[in-house]
Amino acid sequence: MSDVHAQTVSYVRETMLPEAEPPVTERGAIKWLRENLFSSWLNAILTILSLFVIYYVLSHTLGWMLYGIWDAGSLTECRQIRNELYGEDASVACWAVLADRWDQLLFGFYPQDLYWRPVAALLVFFVAVSPILFEGVPRKLFYLTAAAPFICFWLIWGGTIWGPIVVALGFVIAGAIFRYGAEMVGPLLAIIGAFLVPILYWLLLAGPLTGMLNSIAPIGMQYVSSDEIGGFMLAFIIGITGIILSFPLGILLALGRQSDLFIINKTCVTFIEVIRGVPLIVWLFTASLLLNYFLPPGTNFDLLLRVIIMVTFFASAYMAEVIRGGLAALPRGQYEGADSLGLNYWQSMQLIILPQALKISIPGIVNTFIGLFKDTTLVVFVGLSDPIGFSNLIRATTDWNGIYWELFIFIGLCFFICCFSMSKYSQFLERKLRTEHR
Amino acid sequence: MTDAQTSPVADRKIDRSKMAVSDEVAIEIRDMNKWFGNFHVLRDINLTVNQGERIVVCGPSGSGKSTLIRCINALEEHQKGTISVDGTLLSNDLKNIDRVRSEVGMVFQHFNLFPHLTILENCTLAPIWVRKTPKREAEETAMYFLNKVKIPEQADKYPGQLSGGQQQRVAIARSLCMRPRIMLFDEPTSALDPEMIKEVLDTMIQLAEEGMTMICVTHEMGFARQVANRVIFMDQGQIVEQNEPEEFFNNPKSDRTKLFLSQILGH
Repeated sequence: MSDVHAQTVSYVRETMLPEAEPPVTERGAIKWLRENLFSSWLNAILTILSLFVIYYVLSHTLGWMLYGIWDAGSLTECRQIRNELYGEDASVACWAVLADRWDQLLFGFYPQDLYWRPVAALLVFFVAVSPILFEGVPRKLFYLTAAAPFICFWLIWGGTIWGPIVVALGFVIAGAIFRYGAEMVGPLLAIIGAFLVPILYWLLLAGPLTGMLNSIAPIGMQYVSSDEIGGFMLAFIIGITGIILSFPLGILLALGRQSDLFIINKTCVTFIEVIRGVPLIVWLFTASLLLNYFLPPGTNFDLLLRVIIMVTFFASAYMAEVIRGGLAALPRGQYEGADSLGLNYWQSMQLIILPQALKISIPGIVNTFIGLFKDTTLVVFVGLSDPIGFSNLIRATTDWNGIYWELFIFIGLCFFICCFSMSKYSQFLERKLRTEHR
Repeated sequence: MTDAQTSPVADRKIDRSKMAVSDEVAIEIRDMNKWFGNFHVLRDINLTVNQGERIVVCGPSGSGKSTLIRCINALEEHQKGTISVDGTLLSNDLKNIDRVRSEVGMVFQHFNLFPHLTILENCTLAPIWVRKTPKREAEETAMYFLNKVKIPEQADKYPGQLSGGQQQRVAIARSLCMRPRIMLFDEPTSALDPEMIKEVLDTMIQLAEEGMTMICVTHEMGFARQVANRVIFMDQGQIVEQNEPEEFFNNPKSDRTKLFLSQILGH
């Protein structure tokens, strides 16, 4: 095309240009490298520097980890093997401690021949939560979900089967009163009844009833006391129970804090602020030491149960604030839309407000879950042997005295896997629930 | 008056055959007062609405017109006087409030659809949970009304995927699914692009033609002129003037009304 043509106003194209590829520097891996790693001189220098740091760290640790010794009975044996294989000045990990104390790290002092029981409980738990976590799972599994807490309890602690059944019956009674009582005595009385009757039943009737049923049909498994539970099993029991219980409690506290009813509002605010304002470790000491002063003499209130209650309360206070944030983020129009259709308070919460508020709060909720799960390591201070507690016990033995890194790396890795999976699941959930712009 | 030519509803022939006002009282408001804190928003409101009436409420912003219709389904509490809807007295009794709300449909300026539910679920939610209608039946009703507002093909989409006008029509269909006897419209076209106003007004006209009792807070004077049987002008929390549309627009009595009309119709 001549210059004259280009500058004239009227112009007709005679040949169409074929489609062309972008220049080499603008496509594929080269483009990516250029844009992400070498976009300017400073970035290029930083990239090279980072590569060097990564190399430096890996070159010092990778060998230590990969050449680690798995098969030894004690640290001294480990060192001997190392001397034979790599020479005295080599630095290699002694993973043998994990292989040697694997059972204890996972199960604590739980009787060895009964290991299948906690494993089965974990499986029951996973099957039971699957209909909550994923949509594609058959809805019928919700029946298992309702029964799972009692099944898991029985599997882990054992004892007579009638204990969990009789306790579960209390919930059935509560449900029945709530469901049918509303028509007979009015909704308010039904709600009060649904709280009070089961509590009275558990306090007064449950014990004798269990004993009676057990004497009629003694079905049961070997009883395992809470003292024998330890290691990751303990962390899982506290973590999972805490997560499951603190979620609904947190929702109720958040709704209570938004309530117009003075007493409910102030009770929730006080609970949240007091629980949240005091370190968890103080609450754990309260659970382990102080509660005994308040409980009637002779009551044997399981330490593990007390710790679970405290951890649950602590997490639910945080949960309540996270969910309150979600509630506050919803436009007022959503509340009004629900009201204008004649939905009552609980219906509008259940159907309109909470699904949206919880969706907004997913990152915060999972954050709290992860925090709670990691905080289970604090129970070591009240004498429960969680993984950290166990690593201390293991290191106190003559066999493994002097070993640090291997145990802590393993414990850290296990916690990381659990927390990272929770994080990944929350991201999956957020993507799935995104309806605004699809 | 120039608005008759530019109004979106001007070209439509209105079928008045079913627009009969009955003697039956639908809403009765007596000496109603409302305060926001110390601010006296509504002062001595007296208003009787008969079944089948189409009332347009207009007035400058802050005159209390939205608050008035929000009081009718108890989205706002009133502090003095009485409101009864279809014979049910609005008091602190939550049961009465829920009953009134399920009889009275409300359409908001910002639609207030539920973004986490599909259009169909938005429409079936209240019938299923409040009226205890079986799901199948509720879905049939919902499709009937979605057809009526001319968006049945959007039933499985989410509100976020629809245009403003479509969302507002869904909001109308959602209210209709409860088979209300009265519909309240709170500035239904104020948040819409000009070209979408017509589709929403058309839907409202259609409703009026079927004999629905309606109270609309709106600035669409063309709609008021053609559809309303009564226009109410409010200022400073009081009803200043009310009249039949023809008289109201052509021969306003109060100076405040004249000023208001000249301001909104004058350009």
